[in-house]
Amino acid sequence: MNLHPTTAGLLLSGVLFVLGLISILVRRNIIFMLLSVEIMLNAAGLAFVVASAHWGTADGQVMFMFILAMAAAEVSVGLALILQLYHQLKTLDSDEANKMNG
Amino acid sequence: MFPALIPAIPFLSACILMLCWRRIGRTAVTVVGCGSIALSALVALVIVGQLAANGQQPVVQHVWNWLQAGGFTAGIDLRIDALSAMFVLVITLVGFLIHVYATGYMADDPDYSRFFACMNLFVGAMLVLVMADNLLLLYFGWEGVGLCSYLLIGFWYKDPANNYAARKAFIVTRVGDTAMAIALFLLFQYTGTLEIPGILSSAAQQWTTGSPMVTLIACLLLGGAVGKSAQLPLQTWLPDAMAGPTPVSALIHAATMVTAGVYLLARTHTLFELAPDAQAATAIIGAVTLVLAGFSALVQTDIKRVLAYSTVSQIGYMFLALGCGAWSAAVFHFVTHAFFKALLFMSAGAIIVALHHEQDLFKMGGLKKQLKAVYWVFLIGAASLAAIPFVTAGFYSKDQIIWLAWSAAGGHPALWVAALLGALLTGMYTFRMFFLVFYGDAKTHVHHLPGKAMMIPLYILAVLSVVAGFVELPHTLGHLTLVTDWLLPVLPQVTVVQESAALEWLSQGISALLALSGIGLAYTWVIRRPKGMSDFLEMPALEWFRGHWARGWDFDRLYDVLLVHPFVYLSRVNRKDLVDRLYTGIARLMEVCHQLLARTQSGILRWYILGVVLGAVAILSVLIWRIYE
Repeated sequence: MNLHPTTAGLLLSGVLFVLGLISILVRRNIIFMLLSVEIMLNAAGLAFVVASAHWGTADGQVMFMFILAMAAAEVSVGLALILQLYHQLKTLDSDEANKMNG
Repeated sequence: MFPALIPAIPFLSACILMLCWRRIGRTAVTVVGCGSIALSALVALVIVGQLAANGQQPVVQHVWNWLQAGGFTAGIDLRIDALSAMFVLVITLVGFLIHVYATGYMADDPDYSRFFACMNLFVGAMLVLVMADNLLLLYFGWEGVGLCSYLLIGFWYKDPANNYAARKAFIVTRVGDTAMAIALFLLFQYTGTLEIPGILSSAAQQWTTGSPMVTLIACLLLGGAVGKSAQLPLQTWLPDAMAGPTPVSALIHAATMVTAGVYLLARTHTLFELAPDAQAATAIIGAVTLVLAGFSALVQTDIKRVLAYSTVSQIGYMFLALGCGAWSAAVFHFVTHAFFKALLFMSAGAIIVALHHEQDLFKMGGLKKQLKAVYWVFLIGAASLAAIPFVTAGFYSKDQIIWLAWSAAGGHPALWVAALLGALLTGMYTFRMFFLVFYGDAKTHVHHLPGKAMMIPLYILAVLSVVAGFVELPHTLGHLTLVTDWLLPVLPQVTVVQESAALEWLSQGISALLALSGIGLAYTWVIRRPKGMSDFLEMPALEWFRGHWARGWDFDRLYDVLLVHPFVYLSRVNRKDLVDRLYTGIARLMEVCHQLLARTQSGILRWYILGVVLGAVAILSVLIWRIYE
């Protein structure tokens, strides 16, 4: 198999993204769900980097910097939420946090 | 000085009073409320001074482009010329005196700040109305005045009766406003502009005298004026408007709202000159109104309702003058009427407060000694209203109208007779009220005397009610025509057909005699009470009339039968109509959708994510499908 590097990179990022998506749907442990979100973010970042390499511009790499910063912020907020969740419910099962239903 | 400052200052103060009343004290409210009108009056004086100095070149200011659509532009343009200058001066000066009086009258009211906010808004709206350079802006002020009258008539909103009165005023005047709006549409369609000078100049080229379209437009404008100025057949709201505080009545009757119709007709006088039929209708409406309202005023028992009917009657004189083509005479009567009617209303207010909110004439009496100062100012106001010859302003303005009702081009002996009958009635009802209040036996204890804030405006208005007449003297008595000369650039001089000094003397003599004999009749009726007269007045046949007059000729009942009951009936029949069902159906559908969507909100995070994923997949599929198609 002889793939063009761009195609290979995009395929990899696509596979990573779908893996993350599947795991977020099947996992109930909220820490693992957070991890899956990180995987999806990294997949998106990889797509940006591949695209910037393809067009020979720095835009995508700059965008990846933003994604990293955003991911860091998101993780800190997410972990704080998880701590609160555990404090309230004594469990990490996300399905237990279903008080806010219509 | 900018003309825009004149309405802007009251508007600004109204905003301040509405927004900050919790933070500023009563003193500050007084200062902002009265001071703004004083400031506005000062600016008006300066600008009118400019106007007089530059040979009556109108002072115009373009503030802003309000609307621009296609070929249509409506700006916020303010204009002070000879006509609007007189109105602006009266509105701001009399308005200021009323405000000062109100600080005393309303001193104990918990809604002191709301009162002044509405009053300033009222004055501002009226100023916009008279200063507007195009009819759209005039209409803005026109509706603003209507809104403020609603807010102020229903000021004491906790009593349902006051709210009914406020609603009635709003709805009845709205009938006239609709006619006026249609007139504006027609004017725009035919002349392509709403600017007043543009309309007046193009109207003469567009239409020949008496053409149906200009007659229709003039009649519709007349309809608007009839509504605002409480003339027949839309006069029913004004007597009920007495529900508001007395300073409000003074403001509505003297300086603002009801004179708007007079202003509108004077402003668009060119159209009326092109439509003689509409002009004749104006004169007839005025003449009929002044007589009918005079009869109603004769039998009222509430002091404020007497004054209300008297306003309807005096505005009838102004309409009569407008209809005869005596434009400046109408404006002159407006000025003197503003002074003496504000005076009468506010002294009536002083009496009402002194008697602890007693308004029934037959429960007053014998107040001459106890309210000495009020007695004198009320006497001056009543004399001016009844047009006592030579010494009062009311004589000079009313006499001019009576004479012109005979002699002007649009005049007619029948109109003259109606005006004379009105003069007799005015003398009678005014002094009936006066004698009932101040003479006879005291029936009510005087509660407290009016303070300085209430009395000083009354003194000033009393002086004005006398001297304001000397600026325009009839041909037979000195021939001074300051008002007519001042208005000449805007309003044409009246064409007098029968110019004869002897006839004019005769007319003046008869009207003076009638006014005095009206007073004499009132004196015999109320104080001397000879048997013949009381027998005559208490005849059963007259009793029937008296009941009708007291209820304002039963116009309310007529409208109830003709309009209100059928409308209520129709709405009851049509309660469950088809159109409503359509909308109820839509509402039901939305409720069902809401229930379905509410089910999806489970609180389980992963279901939400699944929803997002499915949505994203759907959107991406559509996009890819459209790219590869």
